[in-house]
Amino acid sequence: MSEAALLRLDGVNTHIGPYHILQGVELAVPRGGLTMLLGRNGAGKTTTLRTIMGLWHASAGRVRFDGAEITDWATPDIARAGIAYVPENMGIFADLTVRENLLLAARAGDIDDARLRWVFGLFPALKKFWSLPAGFLSGGQKQMLSIARAVIEPRKLFLIDEPTKGLAPAIIGNMIAAFRELKQTAATILLVEQNFMFAKSLGDTVAVMDNGRVVHAGSMAELAEDRELQHRLLGLSLDSHQ
Amino acid sequence: MTDIDAGELAKRRPYDWAPLLLVPLLALAALPLIGSLSTWATLTAAGLAMGMIIFIIASGLTLVFGLMDVLNFGHGAFISVGAYVAAILLAPLSGLLQADSLVLNGVALLALIALAMTATGLLGWAFERIIIMPVYGQHLKQILVTVGGMIVAQQLIIVLWGPVQLAFPLPTAFRGAIVLGDVAIERYRIIAVIVGLVVFAGMLLVLNRTKIGLLIRAGVENREMVEALGYHIRRLFVGVFVAGSALAGLGGVMWALYREELTPGMGMEVLVLVFIVVIIGGLGSIGGCFIGSLLVAVTANYAGFLAPKVALGSNIMLMVLILLWRSRGLYPVANR
Amino acid sequence: MTMLRVVLSGDFPQSRILSAALLVIFIALAAAPFLFPGTQSLNVAAKICYFVVLAASYDLLLGYTGIVSFAHTMFFGIGGYGAGLALYTWGPTWTSVLIGTLLGLGLAIVLALIIGLFSLRVRAIFFAMITLAVASAFAILASQLSWLTGGEDGRTFRVPEVLRPGYSLLEAGAFSINGRIITYYLIFLAALVLFLGMLRVVNSPFGRVLQGIRENEFRAEALGYRTIVYRSIVNCLSAAMATLAGVLAALWLRYTGPAVTLSFDIMLDILLMVVIGGMGTLYGAVIGATIFILAENYLQALMGALSKSAAGLPVLPQLFDPDRWLLWLGVLFVLSVYFFPAGIVGKLAARK
Repeated sequence: MSEAALLRLDGVNTHIGPYHILQGVELAVPRGGLTMLLGRNGAGKTTTLRTIMGLWHASAGRVRFDGAEITDWATPDIARAGIAYVPENMGIFADLTVRENLLLAARAGDIDDARLRWVFGLFPALKKFWSLPAGFLSGGQKQMLSIARAVIEPRKLFLIDEPTKGLAPAIIGNMIAAFRELKQTAATILLVEQNFMFAKSLGDTVAVMDNGRVVHAGSMAELAEDRELQHRLLGLSLDSHQ
Repeated sequence: MTDIDAGELAKRRPYDWAPLLLVPLLALAALPLIGSLSTWATLTAAGLAMGMIIFIIASGLTLVFGLMDVLNFGHGAFISVGAYVAAILLAPLSGLLQADSLVLNGVALLALIALAMTATGLLGWAFERIIIMPVYGQHLKQILVTVGGMIVAQQLIIVLWGPVQLAFPLPTAFRGAIVLGDVAIERYRIIAVIVGLVVFAGMLLVLNRTKIGLLIRAGVENREMVEALGYHIRRLFVGVFVAGSALAGLGGVMWALYREELTPGMGMEVLVLVFIVVIIGGLGSIGGCFIGSLLVAVTANYAGFLAPKVALGSNIMLMVLILLWRSRGLYPVANR
Repeated sequence: MTMLRVVLSGDFPQSRILSAALLVIFIALAAAPFLFPGTQSLNVAAKICYFVVLAASYDLLLGYTGIVSFAHTMFFGIGGYGAGLALYTWGPTWTSVLIGTLLGLGLAIVLALIIGLFSLRVRAIFFAMITLAVASAFAILASQLSWLTGGEDGRTFRVPEVLRPGYSLLEAGAFSINGRIITYYLIFLAALVLFLGMLRVVNSPFGRVLQGIRENEFRAEALGYRTIVYRSIVNCLSAAMATLAGVLAALWLRYTGPAVTLSFDIMLDILLMVVIGGMGTLYGAVIGATIFILAENYLQALMGALSKSAAGLPVLPQLFDPDRWLLWLGVLFVLSVYFFPAGIVGKLAARK
């Protein structure tokens, strides 16, 4: 079981200033699958991702990634261990061009041509605005750039925070297609989501958070079938997503 | 998603050129007030030279601020230290400096500058380690300790060199003026403008054409994301801090040559101008810093001629006008 | 006790040692002309009085609001020049003092408002930079406009007759009450009233909002407090208090000039008083100002002695030259910010 999990959080507690946000998070992200992290606003999903990334440090508990304990590592070292992060606010460098944004993410020094063609295939808009400052992009295009930046080099684990936030349905469709492609590369993905339809169509496994804890973990298919469970965990009304 | 081609997008948000016009407009507006073309040309040249020196000093400060949110009042001390350390070589190299040869003078001056930049670079490194690191992220304490550091450095200069002003003569070949018709422009001012332009061009080159420059520009915008992409911004910051301190040392030597004298308080005097420049330009912006430096210096020279008693007040007025126009400076940096 | 509670606005010193120290300072200052006769002692006592007001008013900004200003000496100078130039120009009458004070207050408040308008809105760091720029411009302006201000030399002026040393109210043997003593008590009482007034302000709901803003600006905004309004008001209040301290200084010194009012050295003195005494507590300003001014007057003599005894050695005589007082202040300042951020009062309050 522990070999199967690429990332594992054991009893992780995180404080931000006077606030105790994560209160003992237990989470295992299996290798090679897409794990959905669901939960209400303020449940601690974003804090969980930031704690994994070392942007907040856990006050107690352990974060293990690919056989190493990374709990107290500095953020750049965690990134170099093979974790790519797409933050909730996308973290786009608005004054840098699309090309420069991607160039920064390519730590090898240069962008691999084949990989770039693949990324352009996922998000054609990026090719079009290649040498424009990223600040000129629309919200959806920025989100695409943010994801492109994460995948421009192969990584072991992708942490993606609410990629559909504020996007139009058409773009969400595009996004789903892109994540399907990414899954084909046998990447491991931990994706925070509020949009249950989106989650249902992509997730292999699921973890649901509430009040700074993981309150349910299992397979996505199971949760998708069990309306009762959805209602209890997510407060979804029984027919709101028809 | 609607597809708009890049040309149209660029049209929708054109490059922000308005600030570029400020210096030419100011110079044009001053011409009728000053009256005489030759006086105007002399003042403008002096202003541009002074502006370049201020830019050399201010660029380091604004980058350090942009990258790490550190406002270093100690930057003023680096200016004085650079000039005073360079002055150590004045006597040993006096033969070279007084020879009537541009080459010999240049070599000697480069030695002075190299020494000054090494000293202030090292001082900057120590300053960052000892003074700033412990209070990193705490604005209030940062301001307080860097002010304290500046005072200590300034007083140590007095301890080591005495409180009186010292002469810092120009090398022989740099003295005098070039006369074009009835316009006389001092040689050193031309040299200062050239050095300033070289530093500016070098800085733009590094910022826009190298990976380190890319990291700096990205770090100014969003430090956290640069770290999340796998780069240790702290090392980058130390590098920028040392480079900025070395530039302050260079600026200190140039300023001393401009004034042909050294005073322990010179760093503090320049620092006030540098702050005005950084505010006018937009905290963290190199382009804004360049325009701001020229604006401040040119204004100071015109005002010094037209109304000498209120010269520094004119810079405050300039700052007020710019902030009325753009409350975050000419080129506000995103996320700041 | 109830009365004391009213006078101190319910803000009692938080430790027994502190209360004792404050009581000693109060009694010493109240009886200074009789306890410590002699010109220098009385000078020191008067200086402590108006520097308590100056440091406390600075603490309103630094400690209670969390913003760093370098223009405090400018306001101090505006008060000093306001009263001083009025007395110099219009003659030594109380009307001159009043008009000069009012003019100074008006100018100070307008300047504070304008500075705040430009910088408080954006970032706290802007405020530090802009105040430094404005204050140095003002200092240069004051020395340039020599027809009005007397330039670097400043102006010596005469004060209303009751305040002059030659005036004698009462003479009984060795015991005499002259104009100097009257001036001293005027300053002492004014400083006391101003200090208690500030104590009232920081313990009012207004003061608590300020501290709330300092602790968490976003939260205060979210609760509906317009932080910019609160900061502007406290900025003006602090400027007005510094102006009044400047008036008191001018009345005592019978002189006004850049070196005693506008110089950056004085700004550093104020910073040090507040930091050493303890930021965010007005009692800290009292302790800080008292210790600082005593040290300034008596330690400099010690430095002179050290410097002399080190004569012949390299560098040491210069290091201990009384004029290098500022060097040691700077070192002390940096060290206290690192190791002693709560100041003396903070340390004492923590011990109870």
